[in-house]
Amino acid sequence: MFLINCPYCGERDQQEFKAGGEAHIQRPRQPTELSDDEWAEYLFMRKNIKGVQFERWNHAHGCRKWFNMIRDTSNDEIKAIYKMGEKPPAQ
Amino acid sequence: MTKNLRVKSSEYIDETNRISFKFNGKTYHGFKGDTLASALLANNVHLVGRSFKYHRPRGIMTSGSEEPNAIVQINPGTNRTEPNVRATEVEIYEGLEASSQNCWPSVEFDIGGINNFLSPFFPAGFYYKTFMWPASFWKKYEFFIRHSAGLGKSPTSSDPDIYDHRNIHYDVLVVGAGISGILAAKNAAKNNFKTLLVDEKNELGGSTVYENNEFNKINNKTPSEWLKKEIEELKNIKNLEIKTRTSVAAYHQYNYLLARENLTDHLEAKDKTNKIRQRLLKIRAKKVILATGALERPLIFNNNDRPGIMLSSAIKKYSEFYGVACGSKIVFFTNNDSAYESALSLYNKGINVESIVDIRDQSESKIVKKIKDAGIKIYWSHTIVDTAGYKRLNSVSIMKLSNDGTSVTGSKISISCDCLGVAGGWTPAVHLYTQSGSKLKFDEEKQIFLPNQNTSEQISVGSCDGDFKINEIIKNLNQKLKDTLNIKETDLDNIKVEIDQENSKRNIWLLPSDKPLGKTKPFVDYQNDATAKDIKLALREGFRSIEHVKRYTTTGMGTDQGKLGNMHALGIIADTAGVKMGELGTTTFRPPYTPLTFGTIVGRNVGKFFDIFRRTPMNDWHVENKAEFENVGQWKRAWYYPINGETMHQAVQRESKAARESVGILDASTLGKIDIQGSDASEFLNRVYTNAWSKLAIGKCRYGLMLNEDGMVYDDGVTTRLGENHYIMTTTTGGAANVLGKLEDYLQTEWPELDVYLTSVTDHYATASLCGPNSKKILKKIIPDLDLSDENFPHMSFKEAKIGNIKCRIMRISFTGEHSYEINVQASYGKDLWEKCMEAGKEFNITPYGTETMHLLRAEKGFIIVGQDTDGTMTPIDLQMDWIVSKKKYDFIGKRSLYRSDTMREDRKQLVGLLTEDPNVVLEEGSQIVSELNQSPVEMLGHVTSSYFSPNLNKSIALAVVKGGKDMMGKQLSVPMENKNINVTVANPVFYDEKNERLNA
Ligand SMILES: [Zn+2]
Repeated sequence: MFLINCPYCGERDQQEFKAGGEAHIQRPRQPTELSDDEWAEYLFMRKNIKGVQFERWNHAHGCRKWFNMIRDTSNDEIKAIYKMGEKPPAQ
Repeated sequence: MTKNLRVKSSEYIDETNRISFKFNGKTYHGFKGDTLASALLANNVHLVGRSFKYHRPRGIMTSGSEEPNAIVQINPGTNRTEPNVRATEVEIYEGLEASSQNCWPSVEFDIGGINNFLSPFFPAGFYYKTFMWPASFWKKYEFFIRHSAGLGKSPTSSDPDIYDHRNIHYDVLVVGAGISGILAAKNAAKNNFKTLLVDEKNELGGSTVYENNEFNKINNKTPSEWLKKEIEELKNIKNLEIKTRTSVAAYHQYNYLLARENLTDHLEAKDKTNKIRQRLLKIRAKKVILATGALERPLIFNNNDRPGIMLSSAIKKYSEFYGVACGSKIVFFTNNDSAYESALSLYNKGINVESIVDIRDQSESKIVKKIKDAGIKIYWSHTIVDTAGYKRLNSVSIMKLSNDGTSVTGSKISISCDCLGVAGGWTPAVHLYTQSGSKLKFDEEKQIFLPNQNTSEQISVGSCDGDFKINEIIKNLNQKLKDTLNIKETDLDNIKVEIDQENSKRNIWLLPSDKPLGKTKPFVDYQNDATAKDIKLALREGFRSIEHVKRYTTTGMGTDQGKLGNMHALGIIADTAGVKMGELGTTTFRPPYTPLTFGTIVGRNVGKFFDIFRRTPMNDWHVENKAEFENVGQWKRAWYYPINGETMHQAVQRESKAARESVGILDASTLGKIDIQGSDASEFLNRVYTNAWSKLAIGKCRYGLMLNEDGMVYDDGVTTRLGENHYIMTTTTGGAANVLGKLEDYLQTEWPELDVYLTSVTDHYATASLCGPNSKKILKKIIPDLDLSDENFPHMSFKEAKIGNIKCRIMRISFTGEHSYEINVQASYGKDLWEKCMEAGKEFNITPYGTETMHLLRAEKGFIIVGQDTDGTMTPIDLQMDWIVSKKKYDFIGKRSLYRSDTMREDRKQLVGLLTEDPNVVLEEGSQIVSELNQSPVEMLGHVTSSYFSPNLNKSIALAVVKGGKDMMGKQLSVPMENKNINVTVANPVFYDEKNERLNA
């Protein structure tokens, strides 16, 4: 059970959070101009890395804010947490 | 014959407090402080159970939670009964009853015992190999297997006890209150760390409190004397909380641990009532100090499982701690010096130690010399090759061990005895350590797995970190405490320790016999009856992974998770396969460390607290008026209102007719409501709904369909424009929370530039929906001054009004196709509103209707229910709702996906209506639809999603999704059922009032 440091609330139990999949996938601004393949790339293709992964998390039972997390999936070490719109800190 | 084997008075046993208890129906006596195991041993009862597969007689083997054999059913036949309890952990109390498991009709005479003689036919994987075929025989096999096997009986009535959960936070958690744990906790607390010390036993001190080896000294006192004083001092330390009878079950990442605190299990029945039985502690600790100790290993030799064969350390504990002699003629079998400590302890109490069989060729330590001087015979370089005695050990046979330890030589010597103490060395208890995700390494010299790579803020101290001698323990503990707590001085800086020097032990995982392995029974896993030859067979059959061997042989898969034998299993595999133990790795140590009851896991979440439920403000009225309820998400919704013993069908038919012929009223309070405000609110709705919103006038309502980015329908509902920058959105009852989450996600992550604020107001409003041609008349009665003309208040529009002093929002919208109003008031006025409507509606015979009638009425109109007629694979085009998809809007969620090649396929499943050939036959929802009956295999074209008998049309109607259904209007299809085939015709899904004339009636 992770202890997650919400950038708005501080350390909270994992139970309060919802995982939201891979981070830094921006919704295309002009979807109609994309080919089927390009749209499918955005819609379906997600990484599932054993190792360092960039993820979206939501403090669903707290402030309800979304934020980003860098997590090593092989040992669940949370390497960094940063707000939406911010650049990932250097690793 | 009951014979009392108390040999000394112990400070842990209160001999003035005599306790009677029953085991297998017979009454015995013990004392306050006894465990069930120590009390039985004091009564000379060793035989306590039968093994799982061969039903071999088994005795008490250990004195702790690692016990594999003495597994009993507590208080059988009562509502407090519990199976699979270790007799070594049960503290006795007046009136305790316990019985053996795995035996029928009794532990003394067990029919399953015949399996023992048939054992050549029960090799590893026997069940997999034998009972697999023919497949149809499985049911027969299962009957016999279930009857003759079995690990206790679960209670048949509900648990009378209370269980609790508690979240607690500490700076330092110390697990295990042996010498290492006590010293660690004391020093942490003294340095102002808020500390919790837990131990599974009822007394602190672990094995050191009965450590009386005269050659070991701490500050010139015996370790026992010295530690007792330290324990005494703990009471005066602030910042330190101690919990005994508390077993850590799981150690998760980020120092989150679960522990079971046992509060009443040791009390008499009369003292258990109205108290919390067990509490699950959910512990977060900044630092965790594992002082979990070590478990003594048995030795693996032929017939090493007879009652009377015990761990050497257990014999010592029974003698020193409980004052009980485990036999009157005791032999020890060992590969290290610890058996000599046990032997000396017994010798000092006048118990006859017959001899010691040692697989080493010598040991020079003082304690060994003392044993020699006492005249106890030591057989060096010998091994036990067999044992005898069916229900109790009566002799062991020994032979000289070859130099390489793989065979035996010379002649066999038989030694008569009634108890054998086995000492195979010590295995650090690293279970919790590995659960935390930390990694072990194998120490080739000590032949043990040790903590290596910590992943959390944690340290392992004492014997769980491989320190077995008191001088090593204190020295290493001192340094680790200073490092981890960042302190300069400890109490341990000036401690003087003297210890006896031990010669290294000799490790042989599987000891040879004069018989070939195939003719012997060297048990590795006692509880699951897995022997060394089963493991070798698995390897011969090609299993290589330790995890596969474990599952094939069931080694380590009992309720004890193989705490005693797992290391030997690994050793035997490594030896046989010719690989190093370190390369082999271990099987995964899984939580819980010891079994937990369901009660503890569930805590207070039982009965009405099992799940939360939500009730509308009108709920009391529904209950008073005998509504039946259905669960919709967490809501309890009125389902239908039977009167005069109506069936559900009769009630729904009546309600449905009334709503179309006069007026019905529905509690719609559960619909999700989201208040949307901000200067970009219209733009936001444009992006989340498929249709256009910018031009919706203030005071108007619009139905919207929300898609996922993949183009599939996600939710629907009516949204009303309350002001220039203010909307109220309704969602489906079940979808409310997810829709809010999705909208917030887009606002925060994709469109942070939009000025939009979302607030869930579902619980703030109560909603009564008036439906039917007389709805207008009722509304007129309760709000006389509101102009209800079609010009002023047309369909799909909104008015603010007042009922008396109560403000309300009224939408003229309809989910049934009838002239309808949805009246929203502040939730606390909900019941009042409902009663006013009922009162005003009396003259029109107003009929309350529930969700079932609502579903029927909307199906007559062909309105979909998201989640019933859709399943996450339906686009609006599939639903024949092209009209709601804006062609002009540049983008909305899911738009691009509607033009993917897959979503544009003509043969997708599409929503259609179905009419049965016989109008009285109602299709079953979920039935499959086919066109060809004589094909094999037949192609499934789709399935029925909604089906009702319509009282207003007097015929059966259904909605269905059918491949290419859009172009099948009028086509005959079939719905094959178990004994019949139902002919259906594809129809327009709008069955009733296709021209929407009633909406404006
Ligand atoms: Zn937060």
